[in-house]
Amino acid sequence: MTPAAATQPAVGELALSGSWTARGMGKTIEARLGTLPFSARTNTVADGTRIDALDTAGAWVLHKLLTRLQDEGTIVTLRGLQPGMAKLLDTVTKGITEQAAPPSPPPPTTALEHVGRRAAAAYSQGAAMLTFVGESALALAGSIARPARFRWRPILYNIRTAGFDALPIVGLLSFLLGVVVAYQGAAQLRQYGASIFVADLVGLSMLREFAPLITAIVIAGRSGSAYAAQIGTMVVTEEIDAMRTIGIAPLELLVLPKVIALMIALPLLTVFADVFGVLGGMLMAHAQLGVGYGEFLDRFVKAVSLSDYFIGIAKAPVFAAIIAMVGCFQGFRTHGGADSVGRQTTRSVVQSIFLVIVADALFSVAFSALDL
Amino acid sequence: MQSVTQAGEPVIQIRNVSTRLGGHVVHAGLDLEVRRAEIFGLIGGSGSGKSTLLREMILLHRPDAGSIRVLGVDLQNPGDEDAQALRQRVGVMFQHGGLFGALTVTENVGLPLREHTGLSSRLIDEIAAWKLAMTGLKPEVGAQYPAELSGGMLKRASLARALALDPELLFLDEPTAGLDPASAGGVDELVRSLRDSFGLTIVMITHDLDLLWQVADRVAVLAEGKVQGVGPMSELARMDHAAIRPFFDGPRGRAAQEQSVQPIGARRRGKPGAPSSKPR
Repeated sequence: MTPAAATQPAVGELALSGSWTARGMGKTIEARLGTLPFSARTNTVADGTRIDALDTAGAWVLHKLLTRLQDEGTIVTLRGLQPGMAKLLDTVTKGITEQAAPPSPPPPTTALEHVGRRAAAAYSQGAAMLTFVGESALALAGSIARPARFRWRPILYNIRTAGFDALPIVGLLSFLLGVVVAYQGAAQLRQYGASIFVADLVGLSMLREFAPLITAIVIAGRSGSAYAAQIGTMVVTEEIDAMRTIGIAPLELLVLPKVIALMIALPLLTVFADVFGVLGGMLMAHAQLGVGYGEFLDRFVKAVSLSDYFIGIAKAPVFAAIIAMVGCFQGFRTHGGADSVGRQTTRSVVQSIFLVIVADALFSVAFSALDL
Repeated sequence: MQSVTQAGEPVIQIRNVSTRLGGHVVHAGLDLEVRRAEIFGLIGGSGSGKSTLLREMILLHRPDAGSIRVLGVDLQNPGDEDAQALRQRVGVMFQHGGLFGALTVTENVGLPLREHTGLSSRLIDEIAAWKLAMTGLKPEVGAQYPAELSGGMLKRASLARALALDPELLFLDEPTAGLDPASAGGVDELVRSLRDSFGLTIVMITHDLDLLWQVADRVAVLAEGKVQGVGPMSELARMDHAAIRPFFDGPRGRAAQEQSVQPIGARRRGKPGAPSSKPR
């Protein structure tokens, strides 16, 4: 394939050759055509005998060249084109005259406008989230008023997928976290000969903070994202609309079971994480500080009160509600196609982890104010 | 696209193709030939293997036995380069459009050009806008995303993308399914004018009897893993085969057949139309 070329062998002559096709023209031909000197109000004969191939892209460029020359006042005659090519050029020319001018692109946005738009979008999303929470609360109240409407099967199914199936990963991560906490504390405590206080350190930090938090973060990544992706895909495939027309409230069938199931599963997972976190700390205390298992547990019982244990567990349902609500909400906000599902899923994970940590901080403030 | 080959020469040759999908026999020794610059229809009941055959012709699925040659390339074991070159000579319009949701319509249409040519971005946008206009879309549609388009606009945009690289061979999967009669009539005319102006070979899978009677030069009926009959609709109508009759008997089949004596453009809209653009 010879690349497309245009030369001026003499004044008033234009020789076209090569493949005037999308692949034959390459980057340079447009610039080349722009630099060809033509004097206005002269006759120019364009010779197309040596054009090997012409496609619509080539015809488009050729047509643009000819009209530009005519606009500049040059009288152009194109000759020597093969009949098939002439017909193609004709078709293209006809198509172009029928085509209206494309709309002008919107003016570029300024930084200030950008900030304003983002703020407005964030505000409307916050408002929509509040609406969603309110609607879900109403649906929940309706279900409590008529318990027969509770959908037990999806609740049990969600407890299994979000709770039971997550046991291995939650157990492993909290075990490792217990190991890390004990290991970090060991070096400091050994210096003061206060090795036994490793039980206080591990017990309080795991039960009050780390176990609920790590469980919530794992579940946000694992189940929150799944909720957003599931509901988002259902929006795209019009399943949600179908559900509404059949007379099933999506909130009742999709959202409430998830929220209720997660509010049951997350506290239980937190207890599981407590056990494995303390176990990890205990093993590490034995290995690094020589604290015996019996000694550790003796100290643990004295250091950690029942209220510490319940404070950790009490946070879990709140985290569960945040994760499930944000996941479902972002799923319902999907509009359009596949990439929107991906975007909403990402958002659900980021926002639910963010809100979980914010809620945890608020809990800390509240508990310290209450002297708990 | 200018082709040096003669009209009437086979563009697609399918010899003795057998396909099994999950233990189920889809094709059992299927033979088929599509000639250059013809509009070829592929019909058959649900599950007769039309879509699988289409997937085999566009290199998405490999048959278990037999040979398929498309534009002179053997699809049984094509090298990467041959396959890539062939893909650029073939355009496909998928049933549900297959447009990329993350890109605007203009970007979708320009994507093959951006990927396979060295043309400037501005020129690609111009060509994409023109291809959209050619398929009957308004210029403002170009800036929209596929999710914002109606079904008929999606099909047209998808067709514009299939035509981006000026393919020699165009596959249409259910080009009129889900369209209103006026849009479907527009598709008929579009298909015909594509063949007439650019010499395209067009293979379409369709259940639209109007489309088959109006624009298809030849039609193949698939059933029981084989081609049960090939020929113009008027010939098929005279055949007496259990797999072919359902397309001609019954009120729909007869109505489409009666309609077909009217010139294109007159039907569906119910107004008297201009004479057919190219008598055959």
